[in-house]
Amino acid sequence: MAEVEKGAEYWRWTESRWTNPEMDWKDGEVVSAGVDVGSVSTQAAVMVDGKLYCYSSMRTGSNSPESANNAMKWALEGTGLTIDDLHATVGTGYGRVNVPFAAKAITEIACHARGGNFMYGPGVRTILDMGGQDCKAIHCDERGKVKAFLMNDKCAAGTGRGMEVFADLLGVHINDVGEMSLQVEEEPPPVSSTCVVFAKSEASGLLRQGWPKEKVLAAYCSAMAHRVVTLLERIGVEPEFAITGGIAKNPGVTNRLADELGVKLAKTDMDTQIAGALGAALFARALYLKKIKGKK
Amino acid sequence: MIANYGYKDGSGDFFISIDTDRCDGCGDCVEACPADIFEMVEDEFDIEAENDVAAVTSEHAKKLKYSCGPCKPASGFEKAELPCIRACGPDAIGHSW
Amino acid sequence: MITAGVDCGAKNVKVVVLKDGVVVGKAMASAGMDTEAAVEKAFEAALEESGLSRDSIDKVVSTGAGKDEPQFVDDTVTDVGADARGMHHLYPEVRTVIDVGAEEGRAIRIDANGKVVDFAINEKCAAGAGAFTEAMARALEVKVEEMGELSLKSTQAIPMNAQCAVFAESEVISLVHRKTPKPDMARAIHDAIADRITSMVRRVGIEEKIALTGGVAKNIGFVKSLKEDMETDVIIPDEPDYTGAIGAAFVAADD
Repeated sequence: MAEVEKGAEYWRWTESRWTNPEMDWKDGEVVSAGVDVGSVSTQAAVMVDGKLYCYSSMRTGSNSPESANNAMKWALEGTGLTIDDLHATVGTGYGRVNVPFAAKAITEIACHARGGNFMYGPGVRTILDMGGQDCKAIHCDERGKVKAFLMNDKCAAGTGRGMEVFADLLGVHINDVGEMSLQVEEEPPPVSSTCVVFAKSEASGLLRQGWPKEKVLAAYCSAMAHRVVTLLERIGVEPEFAITGGIAKNPGVTNRLADELGVKLAKTDMDTQIAGALGAALFARALYLKKIKGKK
Repeated sequence: MIANYGYKDGSGDFFISIDTDRCDGCGDCVEACPADIFEMVEDEFDIEAENDVAAVTSEHAKKLKYSCGPCKPASGFEKAELPCIRACGPDAIGHSW
Repeated sequence: MITAGVDCGAKNVKVVVLKDGVVVGKAMASAGMDTEAAVEKAFEAALEESGLSRDSIDKVVSTGAGKDEPQFVDDTVTDVGADARGMHHLYPEVRTVIDVGAEEGRAIRIDANGKVVDFAINEKCAAGAGAFTEAMARALEVKVEEMGELSLKSTQAIPMNAQCAVFAESEVISLVHRKTPKPDMARAIHDAIADRITSMVRRVGIEEKIALTGGVAKNIGFVKSLKEDMETDVIIPDEPDYTGAIGAAFVAADD
């Protein structure tokens, strides 16, 4: 691993964009979009006739409308599409009412269920979204309609923010935290404090005792997994079970979570961070089709 | 649909659940709660729904343990006697703690 | 009779030596990594102040989060029991004891004999304890000891939305970027903890007179916010750090 300069931002995950190389939007009829303005990250997803065409994922700036604009412009970069070409857009997430070009705002719970249903298929019944500043558990039906949900945005434990605090403490890049935590021969006992502030002092103590970084990370990842398992008890875990959001990319948490629950995780080729934006784009498409049907 | 508002932190589980299929939108809980934690909102999950449903305000959802504290004396209390639960005719409200 | 009380807190260890109902020696040491070493250090210092020898101590009782760690103690007492006993000695007219330490907040209602009637505890979450102020002081780049004075210079009340200390830290940093005056932020931080502590006290019932103890009682900004929130006056011992240790020493003498 390359030397990381002093004062580096270990928590800073990689921003990304993608365009489907096998599609041309000019061949399609309806271009719908969804923007998920979260407190930490913003995603924009564009669908052409109900198929994912392009998306972007970037850090949310200090201003929601600007973040929404930037994310959408970046998603559309190089495609020839502009915001004016979008037939319908739905905003979701924490800053959902601040998406200037959106026709409607829909709660992120509904969008995650719909997006998860699209990403993982209609068999998905439980979706756990572990975002930057919250954790959502959703129970849904085969159409992606919500049957029960809970959202925890009060406490940083079990969120990406909590993991960022640990990445920073240990000087390990957030993208490497999961893999690194799996490099232990034996699972250490989980960090006993739930509260991130107390867990951080506990981890500092373990480091002073000479624990290697990967062991401390393993102890934290398993604590986070255990915490989420107890949170899921409230709505129950019915298979298939899928994890979305940034933490879904952290195998240190997801593998331990699946082990503890005794379930296999539903798989997808898509970027799990865009589930909310994808659901919003699907709602946008449905709203647009309803509108033109009404006009005819 | 069962909407769970609240959180779990190091000190415990603090959730209020609202069964939106049972909630008839009467708003009696909003009146009954001494801490003003409830509000009536559009049912965002069911576009065809005719009436509003009760929800916990996002401000209070993050501090339920404290907002509900005065109704839950340390010496003990009955959940069935909580003002919100008593006020709810269709029995749509639940407390996790 | 000569007894000693040892309060092994999350941050500091406090030792009090009691001779015939009078405190004759007391000392404090940072708990650090090794609680036992800290207890030893504080114990020696308290003995030195009292001018008594170790052998003359009849009984030692410990309290606090690490109360089981020192090997030499004769007995232990809960934090609630120690707080109640200590405060009853200091101010017999007190009926409600509030203790806000580094990692825990407690509200205890006691009767005229100092007997515990009811109590509520906030634990395992930094939002309701001194750790919250410490984290916020770091984000504000202010020494935690200066937070109280700073908040008294506030000219306006601003809301803090985040409950969690980690999220509140981000909120404070973004407020700093927006050039919000630091005194206003310090006050918002104290208001936020005071609000949580008051709601905890309401669970045991607020009965006059009320006393505040624990390390956070030394923060005049927090005390001001708490008084405003509870709409009543609050008694604060001269050395609020020692209430638990004094209580433990009295418990040792009572038996």
